[in-house]
Amino acid sequence: MLGIGLLKGLGVTAKNLVGSFHDPARLVTTEYPEQRTKLPENYRNFPFLVYDGTAAIDGLRCVACKICEVECPPQCIYIIPDRDEKGRPTKKPKVFDIDISVCMSCQICVEVCPFDAIKMDQQYEIAEADRFDRLLLKREALAKPNSYYQEIHPAEAAQVDAMLAEARRKADAKAKAAAEAAAAKAATAKPGAANPPTRPPAPSGSTPATAAMKPATAAMPEPAVPPVQPTQTPAENSATGNPVAPKTGTPGA
Amino acid sequence: MTNSPIVALHGTPAVAGGNAPSEICHSPLAPGGAHVRSVRDEFHGDLLEVSMGPHHPSTHGVFRMIATLDGETIVKLKPVFGYLHRNHEKIGENTTYLGSMPYTDRLDYLCSMTNNWAYALAVEKLAGQPVPERTEYLRVILAELTRLLNHTCLAGFLLQDTGASGTPLMYAFREREKILDLFEALSGSRMMCNYQRFGGCRVDASPEWLEAAKRLADGYNEFLDEYEALITGNEILMARTQGVGVMPRQLAVSAGITGPMLRAAGVDYDIRKVDGYGVYPRFNFRVPLGDHGDTYDRYMIRVLEMRESIEILRQAFAQLPSGPIMDPKAKIRGFKPKPGEAYGRIEGPKGEIGFYLISDGGANPYRYRVRPPSFINLTVLEDMCLGHSIADAVIILGSIDIVLGEVDR
Repeated sequence: MLGIGLLKGLGVTAKNLVGSFHDPARLVTTEYPEQRTKLPENYRNFPFLVYDGTAAIDGLRCVACKICEVECPPQCIYIIPDRDEKGRPTKKPKVFDIDISVCMSCQICVEVCPFDAIKMDQQYEIAEADRFDRLLLKREALAKPNSYYQEIHPAEAAQVDAMLAEARRKADAKAKAAAEAAAAKAATAKPGAANPPTRPPAPSGSTPATAAMKPATAAMPEPAVPPVQPTQTPAENSATGNPVAPKTGTPGA
Repeated sequence: MTNSPIVALHGTPAVAGGNAPSEICHSPLAPGGAHVRSVRDEFHGDLLEVSMGPHHPSTHGVFRMIATLDGETIVKLKPVFGYLHRNHEKIGENTTYLGSMPYTDRLDYLCSMTNNWAYALAVEKLAGQPVPERTEYLRVILAELTRLLNHTCLAGFLLQDTGASGTPLMYAFREREKILDLFEALSGSRMMCNYQRFGGCRVDASPEWLEAAKRLADGYNEFLDEYEALITGNEILMARTQGVGVMPRQLAVSAGITGPMLRAAGVDYDIRKVDGYGVYPRFNFRVPLGDHGDTYDRYMIRVLEMRESIEILRQAFAQLPSGPIMDPKAKIRGFKPKPGEAYGRIEGPKGEIGFYLISDGGANPYRYRVRPPSFINLTVLEDMCLGHSIADAVIILGSIDIVLGEVDR
């Protein structure tokens, strides 16, 4: 009969109308400023720079290698490496700008970074009245502590921390062995005269934090990872381990 | 006839003198073309040129239709596109292979997962890069979720175009939101997923995610039942869509139409079956075909495809193996395939989405070409609209399922 389909459709809407008064599952609206939905851990919008320890600029993991600047598809990253008074690179960025009005949140900078220095933020309330003022983020605005990273991406940060601690342990062991060899071999003080400008900033800038963190994370890399991926730890490790494989190598090298 | 309104309208004297109506109705396949002619012979009414768009709610973006009307009947329709052109292919030639991946999200921004897959497939063919099995399954799962998402949106928008403002669209968007939540939880972004990589994918799906996706797939039939009860049997929808915008089989094939539009015209051509890319040959699913090729068929095809997608999803969840998600030899940085060319195509929700790449051995492709399904499906718009009223043109356009990001590139 003509009109049956129409009435059936009206029945559906009527059911939903009545149901919305009884079933709380149907009330899906989040009253935004007061209530907030929990963001998934993988959520990303714009990049930020991670620093270790307490000193924001000195503790930056970034070594101004410019890999992210080259790989960034919309080219929103701008880096000038810092140099000391003799003109040698200090492996720190002097300028690190991200134009987040250009950034397309693709996360490629995070994937290509061999030092785990740049990560994706979850801060989304960043509307600005001025077009140019706070949408071009400088080094100071981008630097955020590792604890913040652990807070927004807990599982990912645990993996990264374990990996970095492992790399640092290896590097320390290597340096210690080298120092002992040098001490045994000849003179008193200087283990590797060429090294100090390059490597010491990292250990010296983050001595308290890493000293405190090192035993903890280095002692429990096994339990730290499995809770994240209970079923397939080897698979996960080999999968995510692959793109970041240089990480374990580079800081030690 | 020398001072025919057509001449005044278009300023082309060449039309004058000849048999003006037949000049206008140039498509022999236009349904109802004869009807147009008889009306004009009788009344000699003025033709009216109406420009719909580029800013019009029914054009699904910035798209313009210049319709020449005889009364309410369309005698000529000229689609104008390119308002959203942003040099996609040229940008692709100037960025690295990986750098183009996030740009493919922005082609058809409802289906970024399938765009990613098509592009990754092309590059993997070019570089001879194998893909781990788990990733192949994840790709199928995500592609089928994308198909659900896209067809759900289409069903909502089509109803919006017929004038059912709001209700069906909101029902559809309620479900779409659930799929977008899944995408966000997995890839970090609702629409710009940027998930696939050459030789794998970016992050593994956690067991909780798979559980949630499984729940969604299991509950989706329920939604489709509700949605179909809401509109499929609706007499107004039938009256508006049945027999409207008929696309003959022959025209569909010769114009290179792909996807649900082609199958609605009754041509059995599904790249999932024809190419058997990925792990699709392992799944048991049917390809729905239409009988009449009209707008109603195009709507129904999508609903039926969604039900098949749910079947594929169930099988994929059951068969999903564990293992790595990234090939150990795959390169993220410094990716330079050997010189050569490759064309990777998949059955996207809208049709055949393909990427054609030529490599000269460098870090960027020498040539990067997209075969966009929406754009090619849009080329038959005039043939389907001739002889119908302007209100029908809106529905016909809606049933083609275009996304202007992909049409204009």
